[in-house]
Amino acid sequence: MYYLRRLLFAIPLLLVISALAFALVRLAPGGPFDNERVPASPEIQRHLLAKYHLDEPMWKQYLRYLGDLAHGDFGVSLKYRDHSINDIIAEGLPVSMTLGGLAFCFALGVGLPLGFFTAANRGRWPDRVGSWLAMLAVCVPGFVIAPVLIMVFAVKWHWLPVALWESPLHMILPTMALGLYFAGQVARLMREGMLSAMQSEFVTAARSKGLGENELLFKHAFRIAVLPVVSYAGPMLADLLTGSFIIENIFQIPGIGVFLVNGSLNRDYTVVVGLSLLYAMLLIGLNLVVDFAYTLLDPRVKYE
Amino acid sequence: MFFLKRAWRFYLPARFFFAVGQLAARKVLPGGRRQGTRLVSWKVNPAGIQPGNVLRVTDPRAGDCLRRGLAILMLVICFGLTGCLRQDPPADVTIINGAEPQTLDPQIITGQADMRIVSGLFEGLMRLDPKTARAVPGMAERYELSPDGKVYTFHLRTNLVWSTGEPITAEDFVFSWHRALSPDLASEYAGQLYYIKNGEAYNTGKLKDPDQIGVQAVDDHTLRVELEHPTAFFIDLCAFSTLYLVPRQAVEKYGDSWIRLRPLPSCGAFELVAWRLNDKARLRKNPRYWDAANTRSEIIDLLPIASATTALNLYEQGRADIVWDKNLVPSELLDVLIHRPDFHTFDYLGTMFLRFNASRKPFDDPRVRRALGMAIDRQRIVAKITKSGETATSGLVPPGVANYDPVKGLEYNPDAARKLLAEAGYPGGKGFPRFIDLVYGSKLYVDTGVEIQQMWHDTLGIDMELHPLEWKVYLGAQAHLEYDVAQASWIGDYNDAMTFLGMFTSEDGNNHTGWKFPAYDRLIDQAGEQTDVRQREQLFQQAETILVRDEAPIVPIYVYKGVNYFRTNEIQGIWQNLLDDHPLQPIYRVRPTH
Repeated sequence: MYYLRRLLFAIPLLLVISALAFALVRLAPGGPFDNERVPASPEIQRHLLAKYHLDEPMWKQYLRYLGDLAHGDFGVSLKYRDHSINDIIAEGLPVSMTLGGLAFCFALGVGLPLGFFTAANRGRWPDRVGSWLAMLAVCVPGFVIAPVLIMVFAVKWHWLPVALWESPLHMILPTMALGLYFAGQVARLMREGMLSAMQSEFVTAARSKGLGENELLFKHAFRIAVLPVVSYAGPMLADLLTGSFIIENIFQIPGIGVFLVNGSLNRDYTVVVGLSLLYAMLLIGLNLVVDFAYTLLDPRVKYE
Repeated sequence: MFFLKRAWRFYLPARFFFAVGQLAARKVLPGGRRQGTRLVSWKVNPAGIQPGNVLRVTDPRAGDCLRRGLAILMLVICFGLTGCLRQDPPADVTIINGAEPQTLDPQIITGQADMRIVSGLFEGLMRLDPKTARAVPGMAERYELSPDGKVYTFHLRTNLVWSTGEPITAEDFVFSWHRALSPDLASEYAGQLYYIKNGEAYNTGKLKDPDQIGVQAVDDHTLRVELEHPTAFFIDLCAFSTLYLVPRQAVEKYGDSWIRLRPLPSCGAFELVAWRLNDKARLRKNPRYWDAANTRSEIIDLLPIASATTALNLYEQGRADIVWDKNLVPSELLDVLIHRPDFHTFDYLGTMFLRFNASRKPFDDPRVRRALGMAIDRQRIVAKITKSGETATSGLVPPGVANYDPVKGLEYNPDAARKLLAEAGYPGGKGFPRFIDLVYGSKLYVDTGVEIQQMWHDTLGIDMELHPLEWKVYLGAQAHLEYDVAQASWIGDYNDAMTFLGMFTSEDGNNHTGWKFPAYDRLIDQAGEQTDVRQREQLFQQAETILVRDEAPIVPIYVYKGVNYFRTNEIQGIWQNLLDDHPLQPIYRVRPTH
């Protein structure tokens, strides 16, 4: 019941988001058909605007857009005129989701053990080295990490391909480049979570009852300590699944992240609104999943 | 059988990842079997440990659920992975082509990257010679021109068919050109057909009946084209993509979305195998092309790559054979790479120039504009900033344009510049308002702007601010004359002085300077209708002298150099030419792929 209510509540939220995106992208100076070369006659420009109904008042355009949206049609890209937004999503989203999913697993696979390990060794040198590495991963942006990884693994050692999206080997570098930042974040959250969990009363209680140290760490402290990571994982997954402009650009991956950024640069109105909506839907959906995961992990949490 | 094979290929990696996922889940998540492993240690009071006295505060099933979830996620990703990957057989030649094409519809495209793919798929009456980029007979075998220079009669080849088998007739050309001009299509390049009688009237909606456009099919293989005025470069235009042939049957049936049809009917040297956004366009030799015997490659891949570093890396790793866009040379490495034997530079039909807003003070005074123009040391800009061998120029039309000898404009002359500025009322720059130079926010533009800023400050004592802008904002500010000075560039569409000089007439949409000069307009009009090559050249030269020397609403800085890279011992069939145009048909690999 609770989840159903949340889902229903998402509809007005999406409407507000679409209206905002719709208006904001149109307020930006320049339009989709303002190019370096002006057509030989202003009539051409006029026909072009009329063809895509951009000469109508904005409210009318918006209503028309909502009408199409109700039929599941996100409209046609104004820059890539042969492609509908549905096509762009259908072609790009699976690729971006694959990369994002891999990066998500990478972030958890590296971040969780690292955070766990540093917390278990708090104050000693493994903690310092591990925490420093996590900090480094958080601080160095993707557009630095990616070229360094390419330089080392692809150009110098020839172990991996420099770019493109063709085989599992092609996925390793982009996954690392995309996932490292999140791995660092996860490690830091996990470490903090572990440290505070180890000091909480139920751990002391469990310890005083003579629980083995491993069991204590893994079974009891972990479940509470992982909560901040879980609540971070929702937005993180949404972020990763919708693709990254920088990583997709550097590795030439046919995902969807490139379209959101290029769409706003090109004033490709339909692309910007469509992809913003997609992103919003993913964010809302994944936050719901996070809240559900809370009920599984933390016995104190229950939604009415 | 095929299905089984395919499933098996997916199953093995999937099973592997599943196992890894389970293992990982067991190690990391609670509830797994971990007896005997001691991962970490913690200082604990030994007295507290009492076997059998365990308090269960958690539900062990939660861990199982997570573990299962993780394993399922892995499995989903595996199937996603194998589903997304397409193993195409290798191409004979792989070309990095620049930006993702907007569309492959020849009558809508505007970008050079798009045209380079489309010219492999479609053709017009003429096509470009790969060596010189001049128009040579394409689908038309030959043509005749009437004595008054206004009526062309094209004779089509008799062996023309679409790749899907339908025959091609003169009527198809009539249909295609009507479509290119139709207001409904709203082609941004429709202006290329305005030279045809009634072309402009039909495109702008003044004329409703397409049959009055000056293009008629005399019979199946003869096309009669009547022009508004004699147009010297019309034959070159016949090789331009807006005038290409489009498949009538498909367009009539599917409208604007005909380009999504597979197999796509094509009339060029290649047919389209696949086109995936931001991935690649794959072309296969079209055996039904009239000149298929001279098509040298079976399969050509064109990769849309916008990042110069990625392009260079792929080329260096041998993944790509040809990179043919100047923007795909990393600018930081340009001066080093340019000396390598596999990097080829060539003269190019493009000029970089400054625009003055002649509708604003003090730039409405030609003396001010000329003074500013004479204070620019172009040699310094090409030597210090552009660095790929660009030629400094004071004229707008680049050297090498057909039937035209460029004129000289305002040369660097600091003394004369100071004197002229003083005459205009600003001795030593006193009283000259602080003004703004608009640049597009790319490194090249900004660096050039900084250099000019300094020159004007040192020579004339005047100050300007640089405003780097985002692309569309920059274009909009120029179009609406909301600027003082702006950097701009122009690439010629066809090999004729008109493509450069025509745009500064008073009413041209690309003028963007607010400069209106009736004498200039008259000269351009006269040149446009002149059939004698020598007289036409003289008219153009007079016009250009007004433009770059006497009035100077623009100040040309340098002529672009084209750059492309490929190893000549591996790839043949590309020649350097003024239009930077390289038809795909003659390109081939010398050595087989290792």
